[in-house]
Amino acid sequence: MKNFIHFLRHEIRVIAFSPASYVAGVLFLLLMGLIYWTILKSFTLAPQEDTPATQFFRVFWIPAFFVVPLLTMRSIAEERRLGTLQNLLTTPTNPFVVVLAKFVAIYLFYLFLWACTLAFPLLTAEMTSVDQAKIILFDPASLLGGFLFVALSGTLFISLGVFCSSLTRSQLVAGMLTFTGLFLLIAGSRLLLEVPLPESGPLETVSGLFQYLQTFEHLLDFSAGIIDSRPFVYYLSGTLLFFIFSVILVERKA
Amino acid sequence: MVSLVPSIRAVDLSKKFGPNRAVDRISFEVGAGEVVGFLGPNGAGKSTTMRILTGLLAATSGEAWVAGRSVAREPAEIRHLIGFMPENNPLPEDMRVTEYLRFRARIKGLNRSDRKRRIGEVLELCDLKHGTEKKLIGNLSKGYRQRVGIADAILAEPPIVILDEPTIGLDPHQILGFRKMIEELRGRMTLVISSHILPEVEKVCDRSVILNRGQVVAAGTRSELRDIFSPGQTYEIRVDGSLSEVEKLVKSADNSLVLQDSYREPEGSTRRITFSSPSNTNLVPRIIESLTGPDLPTIHEIRIRRASLEDIFLAATKRTWKDSFEVDSGSAQIANKDLG
Repeated sequence: MKNFIHFLRHEIRVIAFSPASYVAGVLFLLLMGLIYWTILKSFTLAPQEDTPATQFFRVFWIPAFFVVPLLTMRSIAEERRLGTLQNLLTTPTNPFVVVLAKFVAIYLFYLFLWACTLAFPLLTAEMTSVDQAKIILFDPASLLGGFLFVALSGTLFISLGVFCSSLTRSQLVAGMLTFTGLFLLIAGSRLLLEVPLPESGPLETVSGLFQYLQTFEHLLDFSAGIIDSRPFVYYLSGTLLFFIFSVILVERKA
Repeated sequence: MVSLVPSIRAVDLSKKFGPNRAVDRISFEVGAGEVVGFLGPNGAGKSTTMRILTGLLAATSGEAWVAGRSVAREPAEIRHLIGFMPENNPLPEDMRVTEYLRFRARIKGLNRSDRKRRIGEVLELCDLKHGTEKKLIGNLSKGYRQRVGIADAILAEPPIVILDEPTIGLDPHQILGFRKMIEELRGRMTLVISSHILPEVEKVCDRSVILNRGQVVAAGTRSELRDIFSPGQTYEIRVDGSLSEVEKLVKSADNSLVLQDSYREPEGSTRRITFSSPSNTNLVPRIIESLTGPDLPTIHEIRIRRASLEDIFLAATKRTWKDSFEVDSGSAQIANKDLG
């Protein structure tokens, strides 16, 4: 683990010099800015049940579908294609450290992008003189809950992206795999609810499991200020699973 | 003090990729401080063997030890002992030379003061100073990239350095520089150099291991290999006179001498005639004596032509191709008989 800091610094540098990071960052902020503006506009037209922050985080899946693949697809696939991955593994470095540094660097950048969206309510509050509006804009439960959800779900999404990148030498294939994986995780789990299952009996637990996998439900809980431990178990165990698979793949297929 | 433990020891090492045997029960040893050439045609199994030795690939069977430590059981420890430059020398394009070396020094565990000292030393040794160290690796020529790869391999002063095809793509000046660099490293570390540029290996290596079709077909110093693959002596004589007369006189000096080759030089009447003898005794004085006297052909030059590593390599690899072909056709005949 003593090399972790060196690797992390290196990976942060790689992200800082990668055009894909800037493309992802600009697209993300443009799109999220547009979404925030649309939400604010809807508030001016009719009274809304939720706060702007709750509505804003409800569309977390839109940026997740393109930002996560753009950030993760290069991580291992490109290093494997160039051969620099095997160069790294001939040094006294554990593959665990290599994957962890990549994961943490991308995760920090992902959080940084989301943190930039804090500028939206700040700018809006600056422009308005209505105190009530300022209170709604900075509703702590929905803001903190939303950010906590983004941070928690981000671990799983990025771990999945790094895993997909460790499967192949092609960045494009890695990006497509990540997109498909995210789609299955976010939208696919919703489709599971359509499966007709009895409310009671031996299949009751399966129905409960499907309910447990609902990412949107987790978001609603978090933005309502309900912090439940079950989503933590789901996202962190999933993250760990993909992380372990990535380490094994890097070790075996250098 | 030279260590008695071999730097590298491989015993019955094999590696299979599906049905293909890339390395087939090879065994060899590399002594501490030796400079050993790993030779073989493309697909001979050189790179696979090197990847096994560095712990990048697991052997299907057999075992390898690096400085007495098992590669399979102590992979983390052997990475401290080996500096490796892989084939094609993959490097990050968007880093500057010193920046890259600093990063590699950090992950190889060099402390701050050693890092600075060693980076300065390897930049000097690999001739990467005078502005090159500040350039982006992606903007460097092939030769300079090779130097960066070698600089990285020797950076942490590992006791064993493995260089896979280090001279590929280098121009004659750069090859000369590479040779000089190896001379400076000689005795400080064990060097294993894989190449199929034979004159280079011949000039820098103490010993060679020749691989073909995944097997070690020969190993030893040049004179040991010469005794096996090109025994006896070859004499080249530049002489004025008829071929039949010279042949008769030379054969009178020693019956074992056999005419190999003869051609007339483009200008003048001088012939260049080659004789070989299975005997290792130096027959030069007797040949000179047989050609000395009035009305005898005039000798201009006589020299013993030693088999080059290229001759040995060709003989060794040809022999194994022939052997394997014979074995294949033999087994085919047996199979045909069984079918019959």
